[in-house]
Amino acid sequence: MSILVGKQTRLLVQGMTGREGSAQTERCIQYGTTVVAGVTPGRGGEIVLERPVFDTVREAVKATQANVSLIFVPPAGAADAILEAAEAGIPVVVCITEGIPTLDMVRVKRALRGSGVTLIGPNCPGVITPGEARVGIMPGQVFLPGRVGVISRSGTLVYEAVDQLTALGIGQSTCVGVGGDPVIGTTQTQALAMFNDDPGTDAVVLIGEIGGTAEQEAAEYIRSSMKKPVVVFIAGSTAPAGRRMGHAGAVIAGNQGTAAAKKDALAKAGAVICGSPAEIGATMAKVLKR
Amino acid sequence: MKIHEFQAKQLFQQFNVPVPRGQVAATAEEAKKIAQDLGGKVVVKAQIHAGGRGKGGGVKLANSPDEAAKVASQIIGMQLITHQTGPQGQKVQRVLIEEQMPIERELYFAILLDNAIGMPILMASAEGGMDIEAVAANTPEKIIRIPVDPATGYQPYQGRQIAFGLGLRGDLLRSAVQLFGALYDLYVSKDCSLVEVNPLVVTTDGRLLPLDAKVTFDDNADFRHKDLVELRDKDEEDPLEVQAHEMGILNYIKLDGNIGCVVNGAGLAMATMDSIKLAGGEPANFLDIGTVNDSERVVNALKIITADPAVKVVLFNIFGGMARVDVIAQGIIDAQKQFNIDVPVVARLAGTNVDEGEALLAAAKVNVIRAKDLGEAAKLAVQAAK
Repeated sequence: MSILVGKQTRLLVQGMTGREGSAQTERCIQYGTTVVAGVTPGRGGEIVLERPVFDTVREAVKATQANVSLIFVPPAGAADAILEAAEAGIPVVVCITEGIPTLDMVRVKRALRGSGVTLIGPNCPGVITPGEARVGIMPGQVFLPGRVGVISRSGTLVYEAVDQLTALGIGQSTCVGVGGDPVIGTTQTQALAMFNDDPGTDAVVLIGEIGGTAEQEAAEYIRSSMKKPVVVFIAGSTAPAGRRMGHAGAVIAGNQGTAAAKKDALAKAGAVICGSPAEIGATMAKVLKR
Repeated sequence: MKIHEFQAKQLFQQFNVPVPRGQVAATAEEAKKIAQDLGGKVVVKAQIHAGGRGKGGGVKLANSPDEAAKVASQIIGMQLITHQTGPQGQKVQRVLIEEQMPIERELYFAILLDNAIGMPILMASAEGGMDIEAVAANTPEKIIRIPVDPATGYQPYQGRQIAFGLGLRGDLLRSAVQLFGALYDLYVSKDCSLVEVNPLVVTTDGRLLPLDAKVTFDDNADFRHKDLVELRDKDEEDPLEVQAHEMGILNYIKLDGNIGCVVNGAGLAMATMDSIKLAGGEPANFLDIGTVNDSERVVNALKIITADPAVKVVLFNIFGGMARVDVIAQGIIDAQKQFNIDVPVVARLAGTNVDEGEALLAAAKVNVIRAKDLGEAAKLAVQAAK
């Protein structure tokens, strides 16, 4: 078992004909993901990577029964691409694009409310269910099938955490990069709830960072509802206040945005806190032995 | 991107928000002339991006054109230190000369994003002119927060809720509803991340005016606001950060330590800084090199980092996903060919194309201290910096 993507995934890639889009789609195919189509307006009818390209998502879904979309469309057109996928009835949309204007995402999030569409990202590495489907940009070789879920705002910290887990023989059920932007489709709390309900997941690694209050909300969920152990690392303990640390969402404003405040809330909720990013794997190993 | 108060007020006027009469001056003579035009009694306000200017001595009253010139000459060129500038302060290049306002009440109003609900909120308080975060922490009940649904935009009833909450009635109520709506228009149409008026004042003659104005733009929306680019003031930014930006290194932030960092991904970059600190060292910068497609960017990153005289070692922590380790390795090799990197380089390389990257480094025989993981990389860098 897993969440969001797996053997059942029939992947469509919006922006498959672009440089990154095609390179990453090729890696998805090599990993064993079922990639069924690409969408690039104006390139309909072409064959790329032995897959048909369509002008619209609607046409692609009708022809291929795609059920997950992966988006590599540049920032100016990314919100439009997400809404097109949602309108075409794709239930899981994963948007990799970094640099989408925040107000575009505000409108997208509002439009998706109540639609039943799960958006992952944007500004994220995607979702991977090891051994089944890679829907994103992660280095596939570091992942190992297993029973630990991983949730992270940062992409490269997913790889870092997974590398440590895999080195210790701890496999992963699904790894979800929820994204580094202030407005994202699926929050850490929503991803935690998915893992909580997944019979294939025994424990979860949650990687947060400075800025916003998403970790405090996750803490409240852990306290009230989480049935599985959660190991946490929060990046940015040493970040200066008031500066945007790369991720648009990673700016400390007020006391709640600090790493200390987040760790405190999560520790009180019963999560196990890693002080060092180098000890995520080892901490999970200890938790699983208990 | 941040802008100055006088620029924010010019934007306010474009959106039909009334502001006090005033003009910006770069010299004492200009300040005097403007004060004369305004009738003599003015406020002289230092124009720097940081807040807390008043407490730092950057805002002063002048009751005649001569006094305005004198005060302006004191403020222009000063190194203004506030709680937001850091101990070195920020040099004042210009002052805003404004008519003095007969103030009856000071309020607070802002529009910003509430990440938790993914919507803009209108935020207001009758406790204006104060540090709003202190008000929020000590007396949260004094802050009014109203989310604006992006599907409908600002509605007058929301303005009335705030206005009544602030005790504004009659003509002031109508002014407030119009003013909040105009500022919301500005917030949306210019892709702002913050519009803040602190204080928003009620004058003794019954007007509602922004006495101060702060506007910050969402950098992600730069591409559709070419007109805003000219508002950028590079004097307000760290020179190395400006240079980095011009070389395509968009996510470089200078810090005070001596261990230069090149990392892919913002989260890993922060975690690397944290690891350095845990190992007893201090990072010299935050740098997310992003998705590297050409080695030139790595060379530029090394140029920027080694341009900081405090840097004693450069730490590469790369976990390739979309970024490729072989491109990073080629960049390190190219940089050592192009210029003399006179500090040790520590590298932890993993992920996409790591074998190709290792092969390149081995063949080029460059002097790089290798680390097998994040913890070891931080320890080696701290040792090398000593």
